Amino acid sequence: MSEETTGPKTNIENGPRTIIEKVWDRHVVHAAEGEPSLLYIDLHLVHEVTSPQAFDGLRLTNRPIRRPELTVATEDHNVPTADIDQPIADPVSKAQVDTLRKNCDEFGVKLYSMGDINQGIVHVIGPELGLTQPGMTVVCGDSHTSTHGAFGALAFGIGTSEVEHVLATQTLQQSAQETMAITVNGELPEGSTAKDVVLAILGAADTGGGIGAIAEFRGPVIEALSMEGRMTVCNMSIEFGAKAGMIAPDDTTFEYLKGRPNAPSGAEWDAAVADWKTLRSDEGATYDREIIIDGADIVPYMTWGTNPGQVLPISADVPDPASFEDPGASDAAARALEYMGLTAGTPLKDVPVDTVFIGSCTNSRIEDLRAAAAVAKGRKVKDGMRTLVVPGSGLVKKQAEEEGLHTIFIEAGFDWREPGCSMCLAMNPDKLAPGERSASTSNRNFEGRQGRGGRTHLVSPAVAAATAIAGTFATPADLD
Amino acid sequence: MEPVAIVQGTAVPLDRSDVDTDQIIPSDWLKRVERTGFEKGLFSEWRDGEDFVLNNEEYAGANILLGGPNFGTGSSREHAVWAIQQYGFAAVISPRFGPIFKNNSTKNGLVPVEVDTATAETLMAAVQADPTLEITIDVERATIEAPAIGLASTFDLSESIRHRLLNGLDDIGITMQQVDKIGSFEGSRPSYMA
Repeated sequence: MSEETTGPKTNIENGPRTIIEKVWDRHVVHAAEGEPSLLYIDLHLVHEVTSPQAFDGLRLTNRPIRRPELTVATEDHNVPTADIDQPIADPVSKAQVDTLRKNCDEFGVKLYSMGDINQGIVHVIGPELGLTQPGMTVVCGDSHTSTHGAFGALAFGIGTSEVEHVLATQTLQQSAQETMAITVNGELPEGSTAKDVVLAILGAADTGGGIGAIAEFRGPVIEALSMEGRMTVCNMSIEFGAKAGMIAPDDTTFEYLKGRPNAPSGAEWDAAVADWKTLRSDEGATYDREIIIDGADIVPYMTWGTNPGQVLPISADVPDPASFEDPGASDAAARALEYMGLTAGTPLKDVPVDTVFIGSCTNSRIEDLRAAAAVAKGRKVKDGMRTLVVPGSGLVKKQAEEEGLHTIFIEAGFDWREPGCSMCLAMNPDKLAPGERSASTSNRNFEGRQGRGGRTHLVSPAVAAATAIAGTFATPADLD
Repeated sequence: MEPVAIVQGTAVPLDRSDVDTDQIIPSDWLKRVERTGFEKGLFSEWRDGEDFVLNNEEYAGANILLGGPNFGTGSSREHAVWAIQQYGFAAVISPRFGPIFKNNSTKNGLVPVEVDTATAETLMAAVQADPTLEITIDVERATIEAPAIGLASTFDLSESIRHRLLNGLDDIGITMQQVDKIGSFEGSRPSYMA
């Protein structure tokens, strides 16, 4: 039987600490031997899918929300991405969205509804509204809450029981976690992106390599990424099992935040930045696990199987299940190839694609759309290819339109949509049909994730756009 | 939640790795706003295939789900736990669980039995060979036993979770005992965050 300690494996008292320990330690409300720590939660984000039963729980026990002003809600998973001036056609989706509206109204929670300029995917709007800040604890009933770790926040996904717990107490009981350093050295080759960085990390860590740990991404490649790129990396922390992923805040972070609606201003801004600058791992701080990757080895990647650890360079061939030493991995590969309708030895670049999806909390921000538009510009989508470009929020959509990106997409034959989670998990009308194959900028290639029987390959926005034009998996360089 | 001390019965062998929560409960089922009625959604896409183990009559009535490594990875949906429980399972065995799934299990009284790889493999082979193999999971002692094959092992369970499972305790009630500390912590937060 394991005993719990009172923090993430704390180093020697007053000794060097990682950013993970620093942010954890400053949120401990109560700690006792043999008990999980009680952590204060600075920001609780809510959406329609994982919250209704939590609000019901509050009603049953007659509990109010302790800090409604630290709670922000949006509609994202179920919302259609076309004809949003009409009521939601699916009655079950509509009932779920209506329930969120009723709950937010009853409990006094700020809600950004469909059609509002600030509405969008929960992990896009938190940062862009300046709600997410360095050193915070951020939770949401959504596993991709790890996204907010890009700001040096401790951010993680929780279940519905914990959503209710945070609503009622503004705290969470949390067990100790190990610390994990993921260091990406050197420089990225031209043509490689943040998505390729995290797909490379997934290939190295596999789907279980982060279980029981909180990761810090660091090193020159990470430091050189924009905030959008850092969010893409942190977003997929859960795909290798880490509770959260964090990146130390720096000038890139502060520049992104300055002037955003909910960011501190005036003297408070200066005080906040001075504090945030202390949120770096100390010299000599140690980690329980470490992965080191050379940035020079990171090429455009894609997934070929049915879990996000099954990745290869796009230039590779479909792997032979017999080539895996571990019998479990070999079985999993064989099952994945059968589901994906792929034959070992086929070059991945020869595999034809039906649908291209550019969107999701991983890759729907302005920089992602710019990268895809740069590839689409002056080209045409392959005949018969279905494409969806789904901006992450109303604000991203507005900015993209101000920059003329929508015109580039439309002229190339891409379908330009309204914001939401869309085909990432197909809870709205955007779905793959059985047997259809997608190149998708989202985060999960699980069986049926984008629609029953659908086959998903995870790629970067640039590769998605190039694939839409080529008709088979391609990098932008392949189009020349 | 209901207290749970002993889970005794037979198991269904789900012999694959990386069973994510999208498989356990596909996203169409997540549109429900209720906390019940998820049993029909459990593995619904796989259950439509005839050779899926849950459709095998020999395993009907089992109350333990025996999974492979990385069981319950992916989405945070607690609906996965509700579906497994409402179908009739009281415990899930795996050498490694997705962390959010494992945490959600303990909030609902579904016992996550994290055993070592050798124990998991022994059990998988034994249950595949004999669907009637009796297994006993003891939460108090954190042990798992299958006397017919001479298996007796322990599993990892923290003292605080053991206590909550055994007593069916509500986390919110436990936390509210610290309400004064929460209040004084709130007084010390930076003004730009408050």
